[in-house]
Amino acid sequence: MVNINELEAKAKIIRADVIKSLAEAGSGHLGGSLGLSDVFVSLYFHILSHKPSKPDWENRDRLILSIGHVAPVFYASLAHAGYFPVSELMTLRKLGSRLQGHPGKEHGLPGIELSAGSLGQGLSVAVGLALGAKADKKTWRVYSIHGDGELQEGSIWEAAMSAAHYKLDNLTALVDRNNVQIDGKTSDVMEIEPLADKWKAFGWNVLHCNGNNIKEIIQTYEKAKMHKGSPSVIIAKTKMGKGVKSIEADYTWHGKPPKIEQVESFLKELE
Amino acid sequence: MKKYTYTEKKDTRSGFGAGLYELGKNNPNVVALCADLTGSLKMNEFANEFPDRFFQAGIAEANMIGVASGLSIGGKIPFAGTFANFATGRVYDQIRQVVAYSDKNVKICASHAGITLGEDGATHQIMEDIGLMKMLPNMTVINTCDYNQTKAATMAIADFVGPVYLRFGRPKVPNFTLPDQKFEIGKAILLNEGSDVTIIATGHLVWKAIEACEILEEKGISAEIINIHTIKPLDKKAVLESVKKTKCVVTAEEHMMNGGLGDSIAQLLALEMPTPLEMVAVDDKFGESGTPDELMKKYGIDTLDVVAAAEKVVGRVVR
Repeated sequence: MVNINELEAKAKIIRADVIKSLAEAGSGHLGGSLGLSDVFVSLYFHILSHKPSKPDWENRDRLILSIGHVAPVFYASLAHAGYFPVSELMTLRKLGSRLQGHPGKEHGLPGIELSAGSLGQGLSVAVGLALGAKADKKTWRVYSIHGDGELQEGSIWEAAMSAAHYKLDNLTALVDRNNVQIDGKTSDVMEIEPLADKWKAFGWNVLHCNGNNIKEIIQTYEKAKMHKGSPSVIIAKTKMGKGVKSIEADYTWHGKPPKIEQVESFLKELE
Repeated sequence: MKKYTYTEKKDTRSGFGAGLYELGKNNPNVVALCADLTGSLKMNEFANEFPDRFFQAGIAEANMIGVASGLSIGGKIPFAGTFANFATGRVYDQIRQVVAYSDKNVKICASHAGITLGEDGATHQIMEDIGLMKMLPNMTVINTCDYNQTKAATMAIADFVGPVYLRFGRPKVPNFTLPDQKFEIGKAILLNEGSDVTIIATGHLVWKAIEACEILEEKGISAEIINIHTIKPLDKKAVLESVKKTKCVVTAEEHMMNGGLGDSIAQLLALEMPTPLEMVAVDDKFGESGTPDELMKKYGIDTLDVVAAAEKVVGRVVR
């Protein structure tokens, strides 16, 4: 049985490390990392079948992070899951670190499948993984994580079309629907609604959840797992900056770190 | 000079198709993808014989490159094929991030490279692709000279782990190298020993270099010919050893001067052994419609252009 309280506590720890590592780095993306903490905890501490001590385990579920800018929450989750020492989080964005500003496969950090940062590419890679798994009748599953602003990239829809064409029900994509991107609200920058209808029209099974509610996230992923015949997408409503009340839903926090002197008050807000 | 002959002209893309089919029979990890150009790429035999290992991507090249990357994470050896233009420039950032920077075992197979694509005109005639690909760290760049070499190269890159750009073309060109040859990535092939000039050629310009060498011989110029199929990593040793002897160089390729083989050779020589050099390549121009032969002539990358370049560069040497 899943212990939601334990996972919520884990999310708090991960949020704290996101704040601390970004403050230490002096640059990076705080808002999205905090907003996605509950999704990452649900994946790394419940949904994914993986072995942190054996990152290349052949039967692992594959997670493709398409939005490389939320690297801080990705790294914090990997570290707390046991892929590498938690202390290494404080090397984020520093010269010689394995924790690049955006995940870089060749820098040797365990648990990374793909380099990511340039948007709109991860879904295609996830499709390739799911396609290969189907061809070989493998039972491992493929998960991908996307931003809502990222869906403005045309290549996402090339990938969406192909996933449905190949009936990839071993693939679950998740869209971080926080309604904001660097320049402002997605509805002002470039409207992506009606979002569910778009995915449905492309042949996907569309699910919704509160992306800041771990119980709901897990239930929705379980639902996606049961669905047969087409790929599933979870439109997860999140709040950018979730957990730190004073910055929640403020798009100016998309691409900046907390100042060192803000860390203490932000950590207090997490409590 | 050493005599080279051929019994027939064949297209290099058919060499790719034949190599891929062999891989289909012998290597279960090899899979293939194509963006709606299966017939043009000669991938039909593989697609028909191994339908479970062939993935039609539709007219969506960006997605195809990403899908290939994903397939490689799962342990497959994907060969992704389309025209050189759509296999490079159109999807540069995909190749850069999810293939090269992610160091994935993806083989990008590019047909109809260069001006000899012919009548379709400049939208389809990419002559920048070698430059685009060789600038990417982790990327190996191969440009083969005839059917037999293309077939051998196709099979060889399956055994090499890492991203590869394999470039070939549409027209039928003399098939003069040996069938069932061993293809060594990164190893230049010395086709003819000579003393007055080194001609370094890639792709089907290698045959033009052989023709030029015969003409030069009549004119009393002894040319050494090097067949460079791997542009990156470049066989520096082979180039420098030859140039040490001949003291001057001509490069020949179906590509822009900027970013091509000649540019790699010029960089090597400038750094290691400054030497007079002439480049037979297209000089900063888009192509146009025409037959391959007409275009080769008009754009200055034909046999007689190699001859003229050799005579010119020999004249530049202070002996």
